[in-house]
Amino acid sequence: MGELKSKADRRFQIFWNTFFIVISIVAIIPIVRVFSMSLSSKDAILAGKVFLYPVQFTAEAYVRSFQSGSFLSSFIYSVFLMLGSTVVCVVMTVLAAYPLSKKKLKGGTIIMTLFVLTMYLDPGIIPKYLNVRDLKLIDTFWALIIPEALSAYNMIIMCTAFRGLDSSLYEAAKIDGCNEIQTLFRVALPLVYPTLATLALFYAVGRWNRLSDVLYYVNSSKLYTVQMVLKQLIESVKISQEEGIASQLVADNIKSASIVISMTPMVIAYPFIQKYFTKGIMLGAVKG
Amino acid sequence: MKNIKTKGTVRKVPFKVYIRNTWQLYLMLLIPVIYMLMFRYKPMIGGIIAFKKFNVFAGIWNSPWIGLANFREAFGSRDFWNALMNTLVLNAGDLILGFPVPILIAVFLFEIRNLRIRKLTQTILYLPNFLSWVIIAGIITQLFSNSGLVNDIIRKTGLSEINFLSSPFIWRFVYWISGIWQSAGYSLIIYLAALSATDSSLGEAAYIDGATRLQRIAHVTIPQIKPTISIMLIMQLGKIVSIDFDRPYMMGNTLVKSASDVISTYVYSVGLQAGRFDFATAVGLFQSVVGIILILSVNKISKKMGEEGIM
Repeated sequence: MGELKSKADRRFQIFWNTFFIVISIVAIIPIVRVFSMSLSSKDAILAGKVFLYPVQFTAEAYVRSFQSGSFLSSFIYSVFLMLGSTVVCVVMTVLAAYPLSKKKLKGGTIIMTLFVLTMYLDPGIIPKYLNVRDLKLIDTFWALIIPEALSAYNMIIMCTAFRGLDSSLYEAAKIDGCNEIQTLFRVALPLVYPTLATLALFYAVGRWNRLSDVLYYVNSSKLYTVQMVLKQLIESVKISQEEGIASQLVADNIKSASIVISMTPMVIAYPFIQKYFTKGIMLGAVKG
Repeated sequence: MKNIKTKGTVRKVPFKVYIRNTWQLYLMLLIPVIYMLMFRYKPMIGGIIAFKKFNVFAGIWNSPWIGLANFREAFGSRDFWNALMNTLVLNAGDLILGFPVPILIAVFLFEIRNLRIRKLTQTILYLPNFLSWVIIAGIITQLFSNSGLVNDIIRKTGLSEINFLSSPFIWRFVYWISGIWQSAGYSLIIYLAALSATDSSLGEAAYIDGATRLQRIAHVTIPQIKPTISIMLIMQLGKIVSIDFDRPYMMGNTLVKSASDVISTYVYSVGLQAGRFDFATAVGLFQSVVGIILILSVNKISKKMGEEGIM
């Protein structure tokens, strides 16, 4: 296009390039600032000297966060919970999606409807809580895994992925003498790997970040996830904010370090997550 | 055609052979189906306690029926109306302030040719999507509290500090802005994908016809992604009475309770904290029913208007 050389276009490009750089900087400042506060001394923060880079650099806050036993142990526990929960969710999703992807399966449509309806019919949290309580799961590790073990939405995404495979592959496997379970493991799963990885990441991020079910289903502090421990820390600060107390119960640098530690798994995995998530959103969200 | 053919072959297969070939599939389905019945459908039936006077010892089945008394009590309660209004106001703000932002960013981001900046913006804007509301609330308090960064800057310019987190009116804006920060990147990706699927020759034709860039954006680009925009709008409109728990719960505090108490946090505090299971279930049920009606009607309206529906 001749437009490429026009002055107006160059001005447009410069303006919007600058605009988006500014937007990006503004959007990243909150995160950068938490990092720099976590690496600054308490006094520097109180004096209001810390902005975008650490002042009076010290890793003391991290040492102290990890020394307070509850944070470290809840971090390790949360990692295991996340991994365990992801495995359970993925297994459940595949168990449901693979058979339902077979159009020939008798009763498949009815079962599919059973799943789809759960996306719209929400019984609300209290009946769910009473159900978990009836099953004696309150205040157990499993209360944080089982109630959210299968999402119909993700199951449908998985199902679509299985349906997208070339049916001749299934026929070839059958001729070679594979039964359905062998076909699933040797033919189907390796081919839908990208979708599987995406869903696993969806489940993992969801589990890591979710606070609500820890509040609902768990009472004993040894089952508290990182988010829950962090919530308590932040709340102690909120109270001091409300009461106008200048000296906070938990120093800002320790709080920042805790925030940074709790977001580390997500930030480290982000470049890798981003690739899959971008695909993942497209898998489900948009028809147009 | 294919479907009919396969159906035909299935019919010819004797039942025994069919089972021999497929029993493993049914076995796989067994666990998820039992799971769905136990953890999704059983609680739906448990929802009947909304119409009962729940007694812990009698259990869901043996508690006495009290008809609509719980609903009547809810409709007569100020806290309920406050929670409902706040839910609507906060969601409406998300819609009015938050909905156009990713569309505008996407449209202009798509116009710039520097792919590095495009990628960088996308990456940075998408990052907060992976942070929990606990973390975001922590970051927001550090930024907007009276001793926070924003007030530091305001004080330096000689103005008096603003009570972002303790004035209910201003708090709402903090809530909305944090929502944009957290979720704009997600929608941005959807809109960018829709944009890259558009036909660039239409824009070129408009250029040759003398359209300015803004005219092209308004009359060529945006109409092309209108189906995506309308689907996103339908989904958000359908969810206007339902609200996530973590976000208002973590963002709110006792000083802004009059603005931050929403249905989800209300149900939590009345039901799980105060133990009024029947009443809280009624509130939750009201929300679910209104939600379903809204989704169905919005879907229908959009289909009537010639747009695609979500169902």
